[in-house]
Amino acid sequence: MGRIVLEKVSKSFGDVEVIPPLDLEINDGEFVVFVGPSGCGKSTLLRLIAGLEDVSGGRILIDGQDATAVPPAKRGLAMVFQSYALYPHMTVRKNIAFPLRMAGLDKAEQDRRVEQAAEVLNLTDYLDRRPGQLSGGQRQRVAIGRAIVREPAAFLFDEPLSNLDAALRVGMRLEISELHNRLETTMIYVTHDQVEAMTMADKIVVLQAGVIEQVGSPLELYRAPRNKFVAGFIGSPRMNFIEGPEAEKHGAHTIGVRPEHIAASPSEGLWKGTVGVSEHLGSDTFFHVHVDGFAEPMTVRAGGEVGLRHGDTIHLTPEEDKIHRFDAAGLRIA
Amino acid sequence: MATQHSRSVARLMMAPAVVLLLGWMLVPLTMTLYFSFKKYLPLRGGDLGWVGFDNYIRFVTSSSFWPSVQATLVIVGGVLAITVVLGVLLALLLDQPMWGQGVVRILVIAPFFVMPTVSALVWKNMFMDPVNGLFAHLWRFFGAEPISWLSEASMPSIVMIVSWQWLPFATLILLTAIQSLDSEQLEAAEMDGAPPLKRFFFIILPHLSRAITIVILIQTIFLLSVFAEIFVTTGGAFGTRTLTYLIYQRVLESQNVGLGSAGGVYAIILANIVAIFLMRIVGKNLDA
Ligand SMILES: Nc1ncnc2c1ncn2[C@@H]1O[C@H](COP(=O)(O)OP(=O)(O)O)[C@@H](O)[C@H]1O
Ligand SMILES: [Mg+2]
Repeated sequence: MGRIVLEKVSKSFGDVEVIPPLDLEINDGEFVVFVGPSGCGKSTLLRLIAGLEDVSGGRILIDGQDATAVPPAKRGLAMVFQSYALYPHMTVRKNIAFPLRMAGLDKAEQDRRVEQAAEVLNLTDYLDRRPGQLSGGQRQRVAIGRAIVREPAAFLFDEPLSNLDAALRVGMRLEISELHNRLETTMIYVTHDQVEAMTMADKIVVLQAGVIEQVGSPLELYRAPRNKFVAGFIGSPRMNFIEGPEAEKHGAHTIGVRPEHIAASPSEGLWKGTVGVSEHLGSDTFFHVHVDGFAEPMTVRAGGEVGLRHGDTIHLTPEEDKIHRFDAAGLRIA
Repeated sequence: MATQHSRSVARLMMAPAVVLLLGWMLVPLTMTLYFSFKKYLPLRGGDLGWVGFDNYIRFVTSSSFWPSVQATLVIVGGVLAITVVLGVLLALLLDQPMWGQGVVRILVIAPFFVMPTVSALVWKNMFMDPVNGLFAHLWRFFGAEPISWLSEASMPSIVMIVSWQWLPFATLILLTAIQSLDSEQLEAAEMDGAPPLKRFFFIILPHLSRAITIVILIQTIFLLSVFAEIFVTTGGAFGTRTLTYLIYQRVLESQNVGLGSAGGVYAIILANIVAIFLMRIVGKNLDA
């Protein structure tokens, strides 16, 4: 079981309020991702849940029990740190067995659980090595192994993939998702990378400056962002925002159109502009277009092989029903 | 580019330093060896010719030899134990965020800057004096009979004085080591259910092992030749005559250079035995 509820939880460091009072419910078995720009308080929130920081106000309930004053070890949560935080002087086996040893399990049971975790994580051949002799991905798996053996109520991950190279990151992303499908344990995952959030989450919590901007499934956030911040943060490349007369035509202060919801044509369309930089990815091409009368260049996704070059004239047409409208305060107009 | 040519040039450039260093070591060593095979009494006839291994035999068969080796080892061992244990505790304490941290750290380091002779004199006259010393006052305050430290508890006194001088060194090295410990490791251990004492033994102490090794090795080198502290306090009396001090007495008090030199060679051998021992025990912490 791993149902976690935050009630009016807040955190200040000295005079600085990093997290204003905040409510959040995390259901048993859910994969929840906290996403937001660097320094928005994601790690702090995770550490509050873990018990590594004391809350300045509010309550944390784990499975209905008030855990606000419970020490970290007693909360039944396991954490995977960004730096992995492996114990460098212990072998992989000892690292993974450490929580079991601290819990006073007998040796045979320790060995059994370590072997089992090693099997799941493909670490069997490395059990007698030290962390210093492993690659980044393997270290990551040892850190996860150390978390699994405790059979926690929930896993907490703090940017676990940010020290890995791009290819490995995609692989580990899949492995963690598979692990979640298999264990069906609650996981809370912190990242600043919206791609990780979109691909892994059951539920995304978008944070900005300690405030929850929106909570929802990846597609909910993509289809109906509650405000301009979420609209700009979720989706890649980011949404184009247009202000001024064009927005007023739609009865809004600002309108937003995602690059994939704009049709590009050399000859005819709603908006006329010139092609700036174009990025060819093979499957897609992204054009940065300077539209006459718009303050900022727009990003447009076109099919793989469109024959437009720098300086060419281009015509853009947004899909009417995919236009997002925002008021002067940046909130979505339904 | 480490070509043949640049390597030989490098060797040529290093030669003066190497020659100087070798000379620095070899000249005294050769002279010690040379004198140790001679009967040489500066005030009683000077160089009286070669005597083979006589000096070596006389030095070890003297009744003061084994006690002096023992005294040396007791001082080295005692000071190492005290400085390492207290050093770890002090380093842990100084690592805690606290008010006036900077000043406290400087105060802790301060004893290291006091010359050994001076600190020993201060201890002798201001703390350990049986009549006017601070300890004597303290003992009397509690109604106890003051101890004449340097005669009744001479060895512990000297160990205490030398430890006081070396504690800052140990603390400083261990403090920097503690500060380099990744705090996430401690947090991970905390979440893994390790209470503070277990975190100390399973995480902090292993992390410090390398620094402790360095402290032990460096201190041993210096502690084997402790001299000033004994010279100004007990003058080698009350069982505090170390090997170094015995050699000093043979050469300067008995004016027997040959005998003293033989003692010097024994001191070199002792130092090497201790060094090999230490390397065996703790040296493995240095690789990896
Ligand atoms: N121990 C601390 N003392 C003071 N300020 C802190 C502390 N930890 C974090 N902060 C501040 O809290 C804010 C949020 O930090 P953090 O939760 O680490 O952000 P994120 O993980 O989202 O990048 C930052 O502005 C940071 O400077
Ligand atoms: Mg962070």
